[in-house]
Amino acid sequence: MILGRIQVPPNVRKGEPFEVRILVQHPMETGYRRDLNGQAIPLHIVDRLVCRVGGVEVFSAELGSGIAANPYMAFYAMADASGEVEVEWKDNRGETGRVSAKFSVA
Amino acid sequence: MRALAAVAASLAFAASAQEPSRPQPLLPGSTFQSPEARQMQLDDFANPGMLWVERGQALWSEARGASNKSCASCHGDAAQTMRTAAAHHPRYYASAGKVLDLEGRINECVTKNQGAPALAWESQDLLALTTYVARQAKGEHIEVAIDGPLREAYEQGRRIYFERQGQLNLACTNCHDRSWGKTLFAERISQGHPGDWPAYRIEWQALGSLQRRLRACYFGVRAELPAFGSQDLLALEVYLAARARGLELAPPGVRK
Repeated sequence: MILGRIQVPPNVRKGEPFEVRILVQHPMETGYRRDLNGQAIPLHIVDRLVCRVGGVEVFSAELGSGIAANPYMAFYAMADASGEVEVEWKDNRGETGRVSAKFSVA
Repeated sequence: MRALAAVAASLAFAASAQEPSRPQPLLPGSTFQSPEARQMQLDDFANPGMLWVERGQALWSEARGASNKSCASCHGDAAQTMRTAAAHHPRYYASAGKVLDLEGRINECVTKNQGAPALAWESQDLLALTTYVARQAKGEHIEVAIDGPLREAYEQGRRIYFERQGQLNLACTNCHDRSWGKTLFAERISQGHPGDWPAYRIEWQALGSLQRRLRACYFGVRAELPAFGSQDLLALEVYLAARARGLELAPPGVRK
């Protein structure tokens, strides 16, 4: 399980955009580097991240080798009813991670 | 009269040996970072070091070793029991008979009290626990007593701090006392305080300990790198803590 963090304002207004922030702990190894012995360090990146609000996909990203370690993402979403923001991701070795945060619509 | 002056001079010398010379005013390392890096450090969510704090929090209550005890079994709520710990390390432990920094102290507990193999230097678990414990002391002021048994390590650290080393033939003091605030390549030279460590260094793409940072300075002046946990690095940590007395702790820091 890959560690991650999420931040969503606990109270949001109906129909108004709110910021969702995500931080994933991952080395994001590019696959282009070599270690001290000259051996190639294999590619190891989070390649897919999906965010759903109330089960509906609102944001997804395909990350490449150009993204720095411990990727940070922020985007805006809107909601009409209280619910949960769920973020799931997987890396190219098949490891997955998941974070979620509840919010209520005032 | 002359004898009196000599006494006064020797007293003054003794006093200067007691008290490390410190830059005025004392400025934390983040002062010398770009506004972006500073902002990243201040923002508890964007600060990637908080990932290690979170991991450390989970490890804190995870049983380990033959005793099947977690840190929390003895130390309870870290927010209470560890509130000032980082401010008083490195510290002399009579029970261990030696000076220990935060990492060393944690490993002492891991091996003696939990009955588990020591955590390797710069391992993710040790970094996470250290950062978690250090974080509890955020806002506390560094206060390391050097008049007691820490004296020996302090003197050793002071000697290293003023000793020229490496192919560039530089001592710590050449940059961090005489030239702080000036630009070296693309960096502003800091005063060399330990208050924000362990810190996330963007160059490393990872969080690292103070010892890793000190080794990076050794590398920078092209000197032989002391091993992690070596007496040299520990002594330097003691000296730096004494030199930064009164400085506010703000771990985990963010560095370029």
